[in-house]
Amino acid sequence: MTEAVIAASGTSAYWYLTRATGTVALLLLTASIVLGVVDVRRWSSRRWPRFVIDTLHRNAALLAMVFISLHILTSVLDSFAPISLADAIVPFGGSYRPFWLGLGALSFDLLIAIVVTSLLRARIGVGTWRAVHWLVYASWPIALLHSLGTGSDVSHTWQLAISVACIAAVLIAVLARVLDHAAATPAARNAALGGAGAFSLFLALWLPSGPLGSDWARRSGTPTSLLPHAHSPHAGAKR
Amino acid sequence: MNPADASMLAPPAADHAPNAGSLPRLLAGVSDDGGRVHVERHLSVHGGLPLVGGRRSWRRREESPLVEEVHRAGLLGRGGAAFPMARKLQAVAAVRGTAIVVANGTEGEPASEKDATLMELAPHLVLDGAVAAAEAIGATEALIATCEIDVGAFESVSLAIEERSAAGIGGSDEPSLRVVSAPSHYVAGQETALVNYLDGGPALPTFTPPLPFERGVGRRPTLVSNVETLAHLALIARHGARWFRALGTPAGSGSTLVTLAGPVARPGVYEIALGSSLASLARAAGGTTHEVRGALIGGYAGAFMPASRLRDVALSEEHLAPHGARMGAGVVSLLSTDACPVAETVRVARWMAGQSSGQCGPCVHGLDALAGELERLAQGAGSGEGRLDYLATVIARRGACGHPDGMVKLLESALRAFPEEFADHARHGPCERCASPPELPLPARPVSGERRRSRRATA
Amino acid sequence: MSRRVRVNPIACEAHGMCAELLPERITLDEWGYPIVDGEPVSGEELAHAKRAAQACPTFALLLERQG
Repeated sequence: MTEAVIAASGTSAYWYLTRATGTVALLLLTASIVLGVVDVRRWSSRRWPRFVIDTLHRNAALLAMVFISLHILTSVLDSFAPISLADAIVPFGGSYRPFWLGLGALSFDLLIAIVVTSLLRARIGVGTWRAVHWLVYASWPIALLHSLGTGSDVSHTWQLAISVACIAAVLIAVLARVLDHAAATPAARNAALGGAGAFSLFLALWLPSGPLGSDWARRSGTPTSLLPHAHSPHAGAKR
Repeated sequence: MNPADASMLAPPAADHAPNAGSLPRLLAGVSDDGGRVHVERHLSVHGGLPLVGGRRSWRRREESPLVEEVHRAGLLGRGGAAFPMARKLQAVAAVRGTAIVVANGTEGEPASEKDATLMELAPHLVLDGAVAAAEAIGATEALIATCEIDVGAFESVSLAIEERSAAGIGGSDEPSLRVVSAPSHYVAGQETALVNYLDGGPALPTFTPPLPFERGVGRRPTLVSNVETLAHLALIARHGARWFRALGTPAGSGSTLVTLAGPVARPGVYEIALGSSLASLARAAGGTTHEVRGALIGGYAGAFMPASRLRDVALSEEHLAPHGARMGAGVVSLLSTDACPVAETVRVARWMAGQSSGQCGPCVHGLDALAGELERLAQGAGSGEGRLDYLATVIARRGACGHPDGMVKLLESALRAFPEEFADHARHGPCERCASPPELPLPARPVSGERRRSRRATA
Repeated sequence: MSRRVRVNPIACEAHGMCAELLPERITLDEWGYPIVDGEPVSGEELAHAKRAAQACPTFALLLERQG
């Protein structure tokens, strides 16, 4: 009986779990990037030696992958939104907010490439590994956009606070990376700063009229049958 | 050794057999006005290169009779390392795969001119040596590497290759010959750097193993040998080990080319018997034109010696070793009493630091620190000799090649040879001779190569 | 079975993790580059040496067979 009520109102345990694991994954990914920059900038102290930072960076990334996998699993198992397993890997093919969900799949694909190359680093060599690793600077913003586009709690204060904190952390990390004069050419540094600036500007302009604006659920591609105004006591249980 | 092999090394016709114990050997045939030995003159002076036999005439692993003869002759490399040539030939021959010969005439040592001179004046001996070595180890190709600033050497060797085929020497059975021009910075002539360059990379040293003899150009076993060593090999192939040993000493056999620079009447390249005295070389060069303060022997990875020791010193490894010196690239740079040994050392140290390939932290930072410390010492503002000693210990053997070690040895020899001058400068700063024009050459030789990156240590 | 620890100085970029993980054998010079004692490593130290070699971001730390 309780299940029917829960199903009828469109929320199940899986739905909560998918949102929770998604948020945690974003936090872990953010932490991994921040630690990665700390690592490459070679910061260390007596209590935080380089190998600890390095291991934390790797473990944060691997843990993020675990949470993303749970996020995918729970979103597939949840009966509210029609998301299949394939949608998690093949971007933009789904029927639930296809574009914004697809971004998640895209981000996940990039992360798989990064993690696999990292695990096989000894075999593929430092050059190839490094080249693929740069993709994390694409993977993270895509994951963020996915969370802002598909997330159903974006406008809630706590979720907004988390998103803003993650954005701020990554922007600071990118700045710290860019300021590493020994590592990059001025052209690369300017490109990075330009990219970060452009992305921030985009978010500032888009958020208010996008996910934080009215009727985002419909505008982002939620199937009509699931939209609140079309909602009937039994609608949520149907596919 | 079967009779057919023995005939390969029989002395040629009597009119070609040179007087065993006489000079010149490599420079035989060079006219008095320093004219180039073209192919006809080469053949009339030295005779033809006895057929060492095509590479099909014996299995590679079986030792070639020429290698045996080179071993008996005791030929040591003339590129600076003085490595026994026979052992090098055997090492390359023992590796599976078709070998390749690289004749190293890059001569990165600024004061040295012997290799360029040899290639300009007697290129056919170099080519003969490369061909003989190639056939002895089963190589199908020989590359002659010149320095890009030695245009004369490049053209002379190119012309010699053409002259050879025009004169009908060699043919399709012979290893193919090609001349290549390599960058001029100091470490470009290091054997792994040269192999790197010939493989299409930058002329910068690589990490070993593998060493070139096992995997070099095109991943083939590579014999990298100085052009002068190969020229001697060409003569051993003709006249044999006993003839070769008629000059020189038991440990340092044969003749060698040396570049004599500094206050002498006729500086330049001379061929001497190993073990000759420096005094006799100076006499052959017309005597000194100024009082001598000391000398740098062996180039910038060599050793300084004060004048007091130069009077009796002889030029061969075993005579120089007790003085902490080596023949090296065969350069003797005399310093006049007008020069300040400290200032000269400081300038060379800074130059050597700039010649680092930039690939290894201890070299880039260490040589820079060493040069900086010397500069301060010369100004009377040094941090104390403990610092120099410390730097010397911490730099040694921590680079991929011997460049930092060469500089450390040079510095140590300078401190040993001129202790009063160094102590004087440490206490009182520059002397009036510090402003004299430099006597040791410091040419601009930018280190080229994309892989050279700027080093950084911990943030 | 014992091995020798060796640094490829060209690959080394002075990250310094090797010195943290094998301080008994590796110290850093004033520029952050490793000074390795070339003595053989065996037993428990070998496990730490392997970990140090794996941790190197540029694979500059090598474990070579004795001799």
